[in-house]
Amino acid sequence: MTESREAVTGATNVMRREEHDLVVVGGGPAGLAAAQAAYDEGVEDIVILERDFELGGILQQCIHNGFGVHYFDEELTGPEYAQEFIESVAERGVDIRLETMVLEVTHDRTVYAVNDEDGMTELDAEKVILAMGCRERTRDALDIPGSRPAGVYTAGTAQRFINMEGKLPGEKAVILGSGDIGLIMARRMHLEGAEVEAVLEIMPYTGGLTRNVVQCLEDFDIPLRKQQTITEIHGTDRVESVTVQEVDDNFDPIPGTEYEIECDTVLLSVGLIPENELSVDAGVDLHQVTGGPIVDETRETNVDDIYACGNVLHVHDLVDWVTEESMIAGRSAARSLQDRVETRDEPIEIDKTQKLSYVVPDRISTVDPDREELPLYMRVHAPMEEVFVTLSSGGEQLTRDFQRRAEPGEMITLNVDTETLAELPEPRLELDVVPREEV
Amino acid sequence: MQSQTDVVVVGGGVTGTAIARELSRYQLDVVLVEKSPDVCTGTSKANTALIHAGFNADPDKQKGRLNVRGNELYHERIQHELDVPIEWRGAMVVATDESERPKLEELLAKGQDNGVDGLEILEREQLLKKEPHLTDDAVAALWAPTAGIVNPFELTVGFANNAVENGASVELEAEVTDITQTDAGFTVETARGEIDAETVINAAGLYADEVSAMVGVDDFEITPRRGEYYLYDKQFDIDIETTIFPVPTEVTKGIVVTPTDEENLLIGPNAQEIDDKRDKATTRQGLDKVLDGAQKTVPDLTKKDVIKEFAGLRPAIKETGDFRIQIEEEVPGFINAAGIQSPGLASAPATAELVVDLVEELHGDLEEDPTFDPNYSGPPKVRHMSHEERAALIEEDEAYGQIICRCETVTEGEIRDAINQPVPAQTVNAIKRRVRPGAGRCQGGFCGPRVVEILSEELGIPMTDVKLEGEGSELLTGEIKQPLLERVEERSEVNADD
Repeated sequence: MTESREAVTGATNVMRREEHDLVVVGGGPAGLAAAQAAYDEGVEDIVILERDFELGGILQQCIHNGFGVHYFDEELTGPEYAQEFIESVAERGVDIRLETMVLEVTHDRTVYAVNDEDGMTELDAEKVILAMGCRERTRDALDIPGSRPAGVYTAGTAQRFINMEGKLPGEKAVILGSGDIGLIMARRMHLEGAEVEAVLEIMPYTGGLTRNVVQCLEDFDIPLRKQQTITEIHGTDRVESVTVQEVDDNFDPIPGTEYEIECDTVLLSVGLIPENELSVDAGVDLHQVTGGPIVDETRETNVDDIYACGNVLHVHDLVDWVTEESMIAGRSAARSLQDRVETRDEPIEIDKTQKLSYVVPDRISTVDPDREELPLYMRVHAPMEEVFVTLSSGGEQLTRDFQRRAEPGEMITLNVDTETLAELPEPRLELDVVPREEV
Repeated sequence: MQSQTDVVVVGGGVTGTAIARELSRYQLDVVLVEKSPDVCTGTSKANTALIHAGFNADPDKQKGRLNVRGNELYHERIQHELDVPIEWRGAMVVATDESERPKLEELLAKGQDNGVDGLEILEREQLLKKEPHLTDDAVAALWAPTAGIVNPFELTVGFANNAVENGASVELEAEVTDITQTDAGFTVETARGEIDAETVINAAGLYADEVSAMVGVDDFEITPRRGEYYLYDKQFDIDIETTIFPVPTEVTKGIVVTPTDEENLLIGPNAQEIDDKRDKATTRQGLDKVLDGAQKTVPDLTKKDVIKEFAGLRPAIKETGDFRIQIEEEVPGFINAAGIQSPGLASAPATAELVVDLVEELHGDLEEDPTFDPNYSGPPKVRHMSHEERAALIEEDEAYGQIICRCETVTEGEIRDAINQPVPAQTVNAIKRRVRPGAGRCQGGFCGPRVVEILSEELGIPMTDVKLEGEGSELLTGEIKQPLLERVEERSEVNADD
């Protein structure tokens, strides 16, 4: 594949035009792992387009440890984890463009990118991997009434202010949502000298990892109040207080339970939303529950030759799983480019019972003799203890996996031996979660 | 701040800035004083952003006459002169029951009396063709093709910047604390110093009664009337092309469903009288009323894809329900432009025209300034450009190649332009009003820290001094570990005392 980076000169057209085998949109952990895997599978002409001034994505502001326990078998900080992959793609000579924003991806894989050095560039790609990550749900998406003073931040924004800019966003905080970022930020605010009055969680259980509840809240005596939420924010210029209420089983505030907490800051850790605006414009269909593209096991979307992986596909709780998944996408895109993919006559649909909120992938559409195991990622709706995750087809159980605890905040992986897929009673798999005593 | 001028305009909302700009057409020295760090921070920043056609306006009232004339001026001049998004989408008043039809006829007659062009009654089929998401209950509507939508931020900033380009001064953070009458006119005391002026024009919005009382004209009171809104993501399933009103009742115009100039959908407002002029808090009951009301004409609406909720305050003079734009006879040289509630935005250019007439009444005919240039253009809008246009722009200036706000595609160049305008953006919200970083679905989650950085750089102030909006709205409280260090210091002081 030839590369042509010279600008097409003309009286009115100063847009660069290039052709590439693979364009990866996003240089966070997903994009990096996808690029690395694609290279290792034999594709050399790879470009990563990254909007920030450095690779690594949100990992760069996650200076706490706990990353890489599964993938590297050791505990790393976010920047350390990212660095492993940054060096790896650099060694492989992957073309990296920083401070470069992708403005459009077309359904036939023309990528329009902009930066201040090259101006506008049109990249025609054989394969595109979408790895844009996710954004945080805002106060407005939650519909919290009240005034609109300074001091209301999403937890990730506060994290950036503290860890990247060295500035404290407030001195007395209430944190809404016990997702991992909220828990991490409770500890971070505390360690930087702010008081954390409480972490509020609307659900009867935490949205984050158990280890984070212990290490970030319990170890610092920060109270976690479940089934409570903020129903009003007060303060004209700066946050002065919040009204908190208990909620019923439908998450409706219970009248009479109101109380005030004085604070100057509200941090929101109330969910992440895959950033799929580019995907939608490219014609990619999104999943109702995950908010990410509907993909097959190679992570290819409904638009031919456009793949997705990482948090743009579904929100992961551990970066290790992002890496694993993105390597599948990178490897698959590479093999497809080399015509090494055999498509099934009829894809195997993957279904699930009501106990699971979602499963990725949506279907298995290829046969890959070099693939021994195929991981299925899923989340349960509500916490359960001592359960089996079961995989069956046509009423016949194929495999099962014991989970001591299953929490919505922790993704479950079921690795399926590909041999079991060879002869199925019907081209349909069903996942379920069954209490131990019922098995 | 200068110590002497011909005219002081109090208040940098759409009315005050439109007046200042209209006065800058003449050989007059004009100073506009605004208490906030930016123009457009009161009523003008939180409203339905409509240029009403004028069919609902009472021709016996000032606001009725000015609405119709204002609409004409937007068509004839403003849209060509100021680089401000205005779209003539048209408005419909939808009857959802045959019993409401007589009201449509009544509005039609009133509109025709007011001289509103193009009014007609459309039947159900025609309506659904225009607006497929309209309720099945729709039976007919009054259609007003001359109604428009405008970006109220860019409009107000455009008036202000154009006024300054034509020689007027805009003084920010200059709250008026007192006005005294002198032989030559007035001395206006502000937070930034005193200024003598022959004429004072009071366009202080919610505070117009307080400013007027400073010269002894205290026979009216401004009541804040709060209106709440929901704003939707531009990537939204329900396309609405026009401004949709329900049939008005004696009490209210009803909840409006309208597109904005940036293709967001806006619904609101309710109307609630409150006491506190600073209370722009949304409420559960108010917002629920807004959604209920909007569902009356567009039943598919839900809270899904709402990206922002906000409230605005309209400054109403309850006794008259009208504007009060007049020379106050007992204080010659003092002109009130007060009580500018809806349709104040639609009326603004006409209000300015009227105020110039009043100034001429006081001082005789004004002489035009031959150098006056009515044309103003703001920063380029990279988000609205084709890829080819973007490429060409970045060739000229690479700052337009650096995207800061990903949701709204706003570049570093545009943000720096906003900070360096004649009326400079000095706060995070001031930048948002001018060039939109943070106005999208992530509400500044990603670009917020970058915008703070750029402001800090351009203004030469520490990041911790950067404000969201007014005094006391600093975004950051200090350096990390600062509270810890302070505690350590306190302790060592205690120990030293021992």
